[in-house]
Amino acid sequence: MTLLQIVAMAAVAVLGGGVVVATDPLRQTLVLSIFGLALTMTFFVFQAPDVALSEIVVSTVGLPVMILLALRKVNQQERERRREHDEEGR
Amino acid sequence: MSRTARLVLFGIGAAGFGVVLVYGLAGLPAFGHYQGVYGRVLDGIGVTERHATNLVTALNFDFRAFDTLGEEFILFASVLGVVLILRQLRGEREPPNQEEADEHQLAGASEALRALALVLVPSLLALGVYIVVHGQITPGGGFQGGVILATGPLAVFLAGRYLRMRIVAPHTVVEVGDAVGAIGYGLVGLGGLVFVGIFFKNFLPLGIPGHLLSAGQIDVASVAVGLEVSGAFLVAWSEFLDQTILVRGPGDR
Repeated sequence: MTLLQIVAMAAVAVLGGGVVVATDPLRQTLVLSIFGLALTMTFFVFQAPDVALSEIVVSTVGLPVMILLALRKVNQQERERRREHDEEGR
Repeated sequence: MSRTARLVLFGIGAAGFGVVLVYGLAGLPAFGHYQGVYGRVLDGIGVTERHATNLVTALNFDFRAFDTLGEEFILFASVLGVVLILRQLRGEREPPNQEEADEHQLAGASEALRALALVLVPSLLALGVYIVVHGQITPGGGFQGGVILATGPLAVFLAGRYLRMRIVAPHTVVEVGDAVGAIGYGLVGLGGLVFVGIFFKNFLPLGIPGHLLSAGQIDVASVAVGLEVSGAFLVAWSEFLDQTILVRGPGDR
């Protein structure tokens, strides 16, 4: 096993843990896409460029876009609910 | 269930999983010492019988093209599900706030970011087309290239211009692209059935290995899948974007 492969796998292990540890969903999404980059590097150094390409497009663009938009929607609705609650209280 | 009980359960599960994992990993052949017969056979005939230098794409779009048909329709069906659910929600809400959407800018959509998007859009499209049409020669293919193609219009949104993105990639166009790609891939399979009698058997001229138009149906299938995937991702993203940017809740005025 080459040094590059060990480094890539270590990065996957560390960042994978990072995704779990990050509690704020917004930060978690960003860590997730960096984790995806580490996975991409791993696939690449293990000579699977096709899989690396699939991984990079899905994990750095495809998935984060959907999660970020969903988070924004959830925030919008929460803000609305809070405002309605405030108006009732007045 | 108390916290201690959960931790104990987790401990037992994690220990068991660890034992099985280590046992399984210990039995794996060393990296680079592949022992499967099927892979070796394919490795031998990929270039000689299919004229495809990228075996992964040859596997996806020729030897196991039928599997890819299923995978493609998984994506198609899931995007259809997203559309069905989100569109009904949209109909229940108030009409979209056009003015705000037009003026919508991501926080920090500066001139520099817009200039970058201007460079990104054509480069991403070129890269996507390259990856799609060279699938049988170099790493890549319909799926990877398709997602890259879909990110082109997304860069327009990144520049803070969602409605422009809708002009570049209108709903109708991306939906038709999605459908035509899905049908096209099925037609490639039917072509094999009609012309050589076997579903998804390579029926097109194979050409010279390493050339752009080579490997027969692989290139055509790759383009069809590229169209389908880019359409599918754009449909899904547009629905999500519509939900977050255009559709306002009943409380918003």
